[in-house]
Amino acid sequence: MTPAILELVLMTIVTAATPLIIAAIGELVTERAGVLNLGVEGMMIVGAALGFAAAYLSGSPLIGALAGMAAGMVLAALFGLLTVGLAINQVAAGLALTIVGVGLSGLLGAGYVGLKRDAPPHLYIPYLSDLPFVGKLVFGQDAFVYGSFVLVAAVAWYLTRTRAGLALRAIGDNHHSAHALGLPVRRTRFLAILFGGACAGMAGAYLSIAYTPFWSPGMTAGRGWIALALVVFSSWRPWRVVLGALLFGGATVLQLHAQAASLGLPGQLLSAVPYLATIAALMVLSIGARRKSAAPAALGQPFVAPR
Amino acid sequence: MRIDLEARPSRSLALDIGAPIVALIAAILLGGLVVWLMGKSPTRAFSVYFIEPLLEGWSLQELAVKACPLVLIAIGLSFCFRANLWNIGAEGQFVIGGLVGGWLAIATHDGAYQSVIGGWWILPAMLVLGTLAGALYAMIPALLRVWLGVSEILTSLMLVYVAELILDYLSRGPLRDPKGFNFPQSVTFDDVAHLPYLAEGDRLHAGVILAVLAVLIAAFIFSRTLFGFEVRLVGDAPRAARFAGFSDRWLTIAVFAISGGLAGLAGICEVAGQIGQLQPTISPGYGFTAIIVAFLGRLSPFGILIAGLVLALTYIGGESAQVALKLPNDMTRAFQGLLLMCVLIADAATRYRIRFRLGALA
Amino acid sequence: MDVQVTEGGPLLSLRGIVKRFGDFVANDHIDLDIHEGEAHALIGENGAGKSTLVKIIYGLLQPTEGTIAIAGEQVRLSGPEDARTRGIGMVFQHFSLFDNLTVAENIALVLPRDQNLNGLRGRIAEVAERYRMPLEPDREVWSLSAGERQRIEIARCLLQNPRLVILDEPTSVLTPQESYRLFETLDRLKSEGRSLLYISHKLDEVKRLCERATILRLGKKVGYCDPRKESARSLAALMVGTQISDIHAPTARAAGPQRLVVDDLSIEAEEIHGVDLEHISLAVRAGEVFGIAGVAGNGQSELFAVLSGERIGTRAEAIRIDGAETGGDDITRRRLLGAAFVPEERNGHAAAPDFSLTENVVLSRHATAGVAQHGLVSFDRAKALAQSIISVFDVRKAGPDPAARTLSGGNLQKFVVGREILSEPKILVVNQPTWGVDAAACAAIRQALVDLAARGAAVLLISQDLDELFEICDRIAVIHDGRLSEALDARGATREEIGLLMTGTGHQTAAAHAH
Repeated sequence: MTPAILELVLMTIVTAATPLIIAAIGELVTERAGVLNLGVEGMMIVGAALGFAAAYLSGSPLIGALAGMAAGMVLAALFGLLTVGLAINQVAAGLALTIVGVGLSGLLGAGYVGLKRDAPPHLYIPYLSDLPFVGKLVFGQDAFVYGSFVLVAAVAWYLTRTRAGLALRAIGDNHHSAHALGLPVRRTRFLAILFGGACAGMAGAYLSIAYTPFWSPGMTAGRGWIALALVVFSSWRPWRVVLGALLFGGATVLQLHAQAASLGLPGQLLSAVPYLATIAALMVLSIGARRKSAAPAALGQPFVAPR
Repeated sequence: MRIDLEARPSRSLALDIGAPIVALIAAILLGGLVVWLMGKSPTRAFSVYFIEPLLEGWSLQELAVKACPLVLIAIGLSFCFRANLWNIGAEGQFVIGGLVGGWLAIATHDGAYQSVIGGWWILPAMLVLGTLAGALYAMIPALLRVWLGVSEILTSLMLVYVAELILDYLSRGPLRDPKGFNFPQSVTFDDVAHLPYLAEGDRLHAGVILAVLAVLIAAFIFSRTLFGFEVRLVGDAPRAARFAGFSDRWLTIAVFAISGGLAGLAGICEVAGQIGQLQPTISPGYGFTAIIVAFLGRLSPFGILIAGLVLALTYIGGESAQVALKLPNDMTRAFQGLLLMCVLIADAATRYRIRFRLGALA
Repeated sequence: MDVQVTEGGPLLSLRGIVKRFGDFVANDHIDLDIHEGEAHALIGENGAGKSTLVKIIYGLLQPTEGTIAIAGEQVRLSGPEDARTRGIGMVFQHFSLFDNLTVAENIALVLPRDQNLNGLRGRIAEVAERYRMPLEPDREVWSLSAGERQRIEIARCLLQNPRLVILDEPTSVLTPQESYRLFETLDRLKSEGRSLLYISHKLDEVKRLCERATILRLGKKVGYCDPRKESARSLAALMVGTQISDIHAPTARAAGPQRLVVDDLSIEAEEIHGVDLEHISLAVRAGEVFGIAGVAGNGQSELFAVLSGERIGTRAEAIRIDGAETGGDDITRRRLLGAAFVPEERNGHAAAPDFSLTENVVLSRHATAGVAQHGLVSFDRAKALAQSIISVFDVRKAGPDPAARTLSGGNLQKFVVGREILSEPKILVVNQPTWGVDAAACAAIRQALVDLAARGAAVLLISQDLDELFEICDRIAVIHDGRLSEALDARGATREEIGLLMTGTGHQTAAAHAH
């Protein structure tokens, strides 16, 4: 493999990892607050549909991204109403959200199937971007890629260095104690859910605006679920999400290259690699972390204020 | 806005029965709103979705045929969900059941086996194989959970994609009809590998009987047996279940086997009753819709039977709406999701008195 | 740290406080005045409305009616943060701490927003020094003992320089020695002019610390007095309303054969923050009540799980029931050998909250009472059993067969204990049977345990309540950090001896003995 091809492969790994990073970091914050939102896939695909539509109509990828985020947040608000407001089982509500999202995205995106628009521009800094091998990798990505890294850094800082982040972690650890001390359990959780929704929506918008760049029904293809697995894989630590997403992006891209190289393996088998890799990653992690789960202690438990 | 929840002192039967009905009405109203927003007539859509399929004999048969897999899968899921285990991969178990059962039909197609010992055994063997295959496929998430503590939610879901890809590969490749002009489908099953029909019109197949049987058996298990008690107890109070002497590991395996088995049975019934051959796609999302059926039926066997018919109606109505109203098929899916949300809200209302107050959310 | 002093009127004044939950009146027109520097006791039974009232003072609940005034100014407390800024601090009974956060993080969480977190470490050290409460700011809470956890709660409270400190049953999780040190800290707080609201049902503590007492019963204020001038008995009569009969224990019991023998039992903890059990040996004889004392979290729940067979994994001979080696058997097999068990937690462990009482009979008696045969459940049989438990143990309930969660703590506990005792077990292992139970139910339960032993059963009582242990046990051993001391004769032992063992002092002999 020549350096040029290797650079190309690395570039595609980064772009494949970006939507996973964005969606997973949002879900990580939600889960750190103690809420399991299985609706990532649904929020993501609605974000993809609406994001593409808005970018297509306005001609601006920024407006597309914002529309995707807004769409994700609207669905997340619905989820928050159910799980935080009405203490409904989070697994069931998350599944409902995904089903609604998949159906809704089909309706919303119906008029945009087959349309194409240009991907947003990539950064170009004279000389730097032209550096051999690392030039494009470091200085030639689009805004989403840089944005995702900023997002991870911001979340890492928020969780470990700010008082609000401390309160969020406390609420995810023990909502009864938090309530007794007067920390706003439900408000914090609702906001964390909204943040997760915004991220999922943006991740979806990235797929349809920059990654493909077109809208097609069902285009998220389980990435929302994989983002959920990444959160587990990261042991709920922000930077490990990046690591996991890159590994994962690597598996996806290698699989695509293997298909292109027609190694004689059936394409369907290679397409199954990401899903099998997810299961394998969850297994490896569980073997490593027996007895000592890093999950927020209150994850998934509905909170009803006691008398 | 702030929502206060106050636990109701006891459950009431009226609420338990009323809640899903109110949820259904609410979902229909919301769905009507969406249809109206899309510039179509909501009353016409209601008629196409929920009234017209009930007026004709053939569509009533079709209703039972569509409800069959939904009820079978949902009955299995009710075991999991009651035990607070989340098998959301029934779609994959359905596909594997159909695939493995269907494989037997293809393997024995016009084969020497039939002339030697007759073909009577093929259909039962297909049903057994499909059930076993679904149960075994469900063992993957179950055992990973029991042995390693891996979340069954993610693994069971991931395996749906894998199952679909396997079916896609096999039906286009090794199991394709060699004389089929490269169409991605298998040979048409022999009559001995086909579920018999119960009525004129070649629609209503014997799988429907199996679904009703599953409802009756599940009702008996939940109301009379210690195993049914165990399932409910593990879901409601896991520590108390341990105190009662029930093993949650064994139970996890048992309920996954039941739900995977029933999903696999549903899969082979669909293949051997409806489709009659293997093709790259054999399910319009029955495994996921069955989750809604299970909840709409409040995880009770007879409730599931009714809910299965209701959701089957949305499939048939959805198909006619595509033709009659040019409503895309996604409308059906979105409506099903909305319905699940409404059911969950109604469920919360049976458990809590809900009060809305103005003011900050605390 | 100087305390602001307001002249004249009371620091905190409640008038006509009413709190209703639906039809239930938890607080019924309660008046309460607390003055500067006063230690005020709030006493009453479980369910008397103490914790509701305290939550109202701390801003966690809003009163349905009535007024709150702080230093003469009428206020409406919007939440705990509001209460804290007005100088009210709270030390919770079931600590409001976060296991996976550090000590410093736990404290930082509740400090006012304008306070800089830099230098927090120094201020924690300062408070720790001043009140002689050693604290390690970087430890995660799960690794700390109950006493250490309470210190965090107190330090967190004191860092806000409160004028009124509310303490909810603070000694219930402490050893006698730790309680003694707590009282020194509390004396110091008083001497600084801070007021205390002290919630307890331990009347000797109230007499020792407080100069005022308000007594609640069934949501109403039924008494106001100077506890130092009252006898413990008169206070108890005010608190309970009726006379509680003493437990009648036979003075000398014939020591029968050993029924439950635990022989050098060691097992690693299963839970994330659990306690490993090491070399535990004991023997309970027929006719005897054997007590296991200890501060919460020293291996009691682990020991219960292993003795009951909820957890299997010891050598078969490590646990013997009437001579049968049963360490490898599950709980059902042990029940069939004649053992019965009552776990600590009523809701969710001993009983399934949403299941009816009849179904809760099936829960623990399915194998031993002919309730389930060949996999089929006879709910009629279970119902008959439930009825006899209800009548024999006087379980009060609403409706014919209500869900377990609708019963009051005392009634559900009577049902749960009764369910096991009516099986006439040869061995009964009970964990904290009277935790959070009203006095009448408490007496009934203790009497039932004593009577069961008198009929020839071996009773193993795990409890954190020293009064309870001294009241009904023949011998007492102490569990500390997963190790069990040698058993002492309950009639010869003193609270101080037991207390020393609870802190872990004097365990060397027990460990040596086990080897």
